[in-house]
Amino acid sequence: MYAIREALTAFRRAPVLMGLASAMVGLALFVVGLFGLATYNLHLALSAIEDRVQIAVYMRDDARQSEITLAQAELGDISEVQAVRFISKRQALERAREELPEFGQLFSNLEVNPLPQSLEVELLPGERNSKVVEKISAAAMEYPFVEDARYGREWVNRLFDLRRIAAASTVAMGSTFALVAALIIGTALRIAIFARREEIYVMRLVGATNGFIRRPFLLEGAIAGLIGGGLAWLMTWATYRAVYAFLLEVAWIPPMWIFAGLASGAVFGAFASTLAIGRHLREV
Amino acid sequence: MIKLTSVCKEYAKGGFALRDVSLHVKKGEFVFLTGHSGSGKTTTMRLVHMADRPTSGELRVAGYSSDRVTKRALWKIRRRVGFVFQDCRLLPGRSALENVSFVLEVTGTPRKDVVPRAQRLLTKVGLTPKAGALVHELAGGEQQRVSIARALANSPYALLADEPTGNLDDRATRMVMDLFWDINANGMAVLMATHDLELVRRYPHARVLELDHGRLVYDSAAA
Repeated sequence: MYAIREALTAFRRAPVLMGLASAMVGLALFVVGLFGLATYNLHLALSAIEDRVQIAVYMRDDARQSEITLAQAELGDISEVQAVRFISKRQALERAREELPEFGQLFSNLEVNPLPQSLEVELLPGERNSKVVEKISAAAMEYPFVEDARYGREWVNRLFDLRRIAAASTVAMGSTFALVAALIIGTALRIAIFARREEIYVMRLVGATNGFIRRPFLLEGAIAGLIGGGLAWLMTWATYRAVYAFLLEVAWIPPMWIFAGLASGAVFGAFASTLAIGRHLREV
Repeated sequence: MIKLTSVCKEYAKGGFALRDVSLHVKKGEFVFLTGHSGSGKTTTMRLVHMADRPTSGELRVAGYSSDRVTKRALWKIRRRVGFVFQDCRLLPGRSALENVSFVLEVTGTPRKDVVPRAQRLLTKVGLTPKAGALVHELAGGEQQRVSIARALANSPYALLADEPTGNLDDRATRMVMDLFWDINANGMAVLMATHDLELVRRYPHARVLELDHGRLVYDSAAA
């Protein structure tokens, strides 16, 4: 109770100092927030591209319907496969007419449909990588009536290279930003605590236990971190709105990320305060 | 109560602050610790308050030896020995009442008793009308009286005062000294460091110790 009252009173007694500490925490977490926004949208963009990864299994014209149905069922039973759709020669032509209207004249003058019948194999999310795609293609090529299995090897490999680079960058940059934020938060709260070293000294001299002295500062750090987290959220949201309105259509980060940001602000704040006050507690 | 046996305190950079000091302050005594600047008065006070440790020798305060003092024992000693500083060291931005009640909260006094007890302590030092005043609004003598009320909050066995009248005018000095005498009359030992020999002469019944270059050179009780 004393700790809560003291922590709240600190904001009333030294509003500028605690305000500055909160603002510094806010700016540090704002950078993390911007990084989160960029990462999330990059993740969405890559996922959208990944959704289009599928295998087209082209079959000879003389393949029997019973063989095709069996292949469709067997391929569909593979654990990484989400769905297998049969595309007849007629459907392939209709699709070509829709997707390639510039060749409309050519398609309408055909006496024989040159497009092959095929099976379109769609993979489960999380399985759309080059290794699985190659495995399914190889399985499809086992059937004697299959002429070719295509998935755009180069394109898929590049996509997954890009995915790996994005993941590595996220880890490296995210860790760096988090470390910088932690250092800034630590410094801000250390300054705030340094300004009150006399208070800590007096508390020690009148017989306060370390825990008693530490608790209000720990709470103050957590509150400053939480306020900073709130400020960072507002600034990130304002940036998101500005980017959305004037530059490009981006998605807002999930609520869980915002909650994690606020919680990390509070935890960083409490942790930084604990570290900063430890130095003063050893002095007397 | 407070006992130093052959206590030495050596500076980290070399040289002695105290050399072979032995003294014993008994319950209910009023003791002036005198000496020039740099004679070792403040070092002695810091040692007695366990803010520092002797380099050699033994120091016992309220039954605890400085050799084996744990963190828990340190808190207990500081609650049994009140300390009054020359510069008061009150918590800024807080009222006189808050400065006193904060010590009571530190030591786990039940919440309902904190304010009444703090008010009683301020009454004891004659500051009832100034209880709500912020410390920077108080005069030097008033601030020192708040500091004395704070030192008394834990009902200590002894009161240490390091040059408590050093920054005060004559009138404030008299008021503060009267207060110390009242406290002492109720049985509490008072150990006061001062370089003001004029002040010491005004209280002929008090015991006087004199330090010179870290050595105890005079003890009126032994004279």
